Amino acid sequence: MRFRLSDDQAALQDAVRDYALREGDAGARRRAFESDTGFDADFWSGLMDLGVGGLACPEDAGGLGLGVTDLALAAEALGYAGAPGPFLGQVLAALAIDRFGSPAQKDRWLPALATGQAIGTVALAEAGDRVRAADWTARLEGGRLSGEKRQVLYPELADITVVGVAGGFALVEKDAAGQTFEALDVADRTRRIGHVAYAETPADAMPAEADAAEALVDAALVLTAADAFGGARRLLDMSVDYAKTREQFGGPIGRFQGLKHQLANMAVEVEPARGLYWYAAYAFDHGAPDARRVAALAKAHLGDVYMQTARAAVEAHGGIGYTWEYDAQIWFKRAMFDFAYLGAPSRHREHAARLAGW
Amino acid sequence: MDLELGSEYEAFRQEVAAFLAAHWPPAKETDARAAASAFRERAVARGYLYRSIPKAYGGSEQAPDPLKGRVIREEFARVGAPGELQGPGVSMLVPTLLACGADWQKERFVAPTLRGEIVWCQGYSEPGAGSDLASLRTRGALEGESWVISGQKVWTTMAHLADYMFILVRTEPDAAKHDGISYLLLDMKQPGVTVRPLKQMTGGREFNEVFLDGARTPKDWIVGERGRGWQVSRTTLKHERDTVGGQSRTEDMFGKLVELAKDAQREGQPALASGDVRQELARIEAYVLAQRYSAYRQMSMDLAGQDAGLIGVLNKLNGTMIGHHIANLAQDLIGDAALLMPPQGRGGNRRGDEKWVNQIMGSLGVAIAGGASNIQRNVIAERGLGLPRDGAEGQKGTGA
Repeated sequence: MRFRLSDDQAALQDAVRDYALREGDAGARRRAFESDTGFDADFWSGLMDLGVGGLACPEDAGGLGLGVTDLALAAEALGYAGAPGPFLGQVLAALAIDRFGSPAQKDRWLPALATGQAIGTVALAEAGDRVRAADWTARLEGGRLSGEKRQVLYPELADITVVGVAGGFALVEKDAAGQTFEALDVADRTRRIGHVAYAETPADAMPAEADAAEALVDAALVLTAADAFGGARRLLDMSVDYAKTREQFGGPIGRFQGLKHQLANMAVEVEPARGLYWYAAYAFDHGAPDARRVAALAKAHLGDVYMQTARAAVEAHGGIGYTWEYDAQIWFKRAMFDFAYLGAPSRHREHAARLAGW
Repeated sequence: MDLELGSEYEAFRQEVAAFLAAHWPPAKETDARAAASAFRERAVARGYLYRSIPKAYGGSEQAPDPLKGRVIREEFARVGAPGELQGPGVSMLVPTLLACGADWQKERFVAPTLRGEIVWCQGYSEPGAGSDLASLRTRGALEGESWVISGQKVWTTMAHLADYMFILVRTEPDAAKHDGISYLLLDMKQPGVTVRPLKQMTGGREFNEVFLDGARTPKDWIVGERGRGWQVSRTTLKHERDTVGGQSRTEDMFGKLVELAKDAQREGQPALASGDVRQELARIEAYVLAQRYSAYRQMSMDLAGQDAGLIGVLNKLNGTMIGHHIANLAQDLIGDAALLMPPQGRGGNRRGDEKWVNQIMGSLGVAIAGGASNIQRNVIAERGLGLPRDGAEGQKGTGA
């Protein structure tokens, strides 16, 4: 049994974390957060140069041929660093095209997504909490796509959008006609999302059984859980550092037992959850019988843990934690994203209950 | 990442299973205790029990291999075969003697303890020395060839059944707090020792007060040097913490909780059909899975000589919190059985829903034993997160 990172995985995670922390702390995170687009081209191209876009793309498409586990390790590192940009959409679009695309679609898009020459995104959720493939009502008929999608990451930036439809997926290119974008005043300004309405939009079919299409949702849940773990871990570290350096009553506030216990409670919620997201990723890659359940449980659990950790972190910081200037709010809002993206915790818990035959 | 044990260990599993098929359950109807003892002897001879203990002292002296240990525990549990004895003698005293004891002490005490021929109790806590254990005041004075011991111990599990106590006493009253303590061994069956049972809130009687009034023990029944008892005791408390944090009991209990939710009725429906019950079960299951796979991660990293980090100091509190969650949902599910005391005495586990009252109350026993939760939080904050110690001595007294 080796339920631990290989040397390559550890090196990958370190490289992604080091890059995203260094550039993020040097200003990329804040620049993206304050910008109109939420996108920092320099940061993104550096991230793509690390090969993050192609982690799970086949080697003949210029990728590394790895799995969702490796994507999740990268997602954790990016969550820790609060990295801005369309990572999640990029890798999910590539995953969908790799799994369900035709040879021509793969040739056209996978090399470009792997290297970052193209930006990809996914349009899965619909109004009314319809996040599962079986619930999608968008329709592709005669090469024309109609329907409305929500929670689409960087919809106007994407060169290619993988849209979930009844019967699988549709590929929509950037300038295709009949797309209406609605930008939103989102809380998490490091990961912008919007609504997209499609009206007779020219689109290319990627057939998939609903059950297979659900796998893409599962992957999205696992990666969101991994991001949440990384972010919650960062908030814990940030709060601990603050407790060690902030002085009141003649010494660091971290010597007071009240704060110590709050930080210990945060730690006991956060750290064990690493094992849960690891297993969810492992189960996905190995096609384990409980893979779908565990993806749902991990998303629900980490969504909650991240949000509660973010609340506790702001409280542990006092007034400074409540300001726009201090970065705790950025992770607080990333926690809001991970909590709500593709369904709140209670929805996924109910799904897991149903899958257990409860 | 790999959760498979691999062919070497699967072959070992077959070997253990074959051994069990041949020897357990015992062929003919015999005295249950004698059968268990005979089986354990065989299992030790095969290298399946007491693997870290030298053969000279009754162990099987195997090369350390936690995965083999795991396979053995799993296979033994599968057929209900007797494993290593539990209790403070095996889990605490034996490792301490092996690390710090004199040769004659190891020869005299270790093997009979492993066989269950002598039973030990732990004499650490006192009425005025709980979390701050090093403030203990039971006195030991050397008079001729004997230590003479007076004072009081409390929460002494199984003292009423024990043959001997391993005890921390203050032998150097003028030394600093942690430097005045010695670790002694004491015969419980003597006039200077009085055991008074303490009744727990569950109604059970598992622990006791022990009054020591001029109790005597030979001069050389000391483990380690005079005044070094605090350091000697560290190995044992560390060992206890490892065992309390175990995950498989939690997993068993969660399985039973799901069964309870299927059986319990709400408005003519199984409680499991109720949204709030489903939510809470799924919430708890995530904690249980997180604990399990974090344990696999920690074990894998230990095997590779890597530092698993923060998780090591979190396990006890994490297990405690999950126990609380399970207790709370069970209390909600059992309806008016939650008005009752838990079943008393033997066979209690086979009775009705009120057996869950054992968990409702017993989860608090877990929270307190082996380092209470607020002490755990101090340890997590100071050792795990590196926060400054509060006060001159901080949490030295916790022995973590």
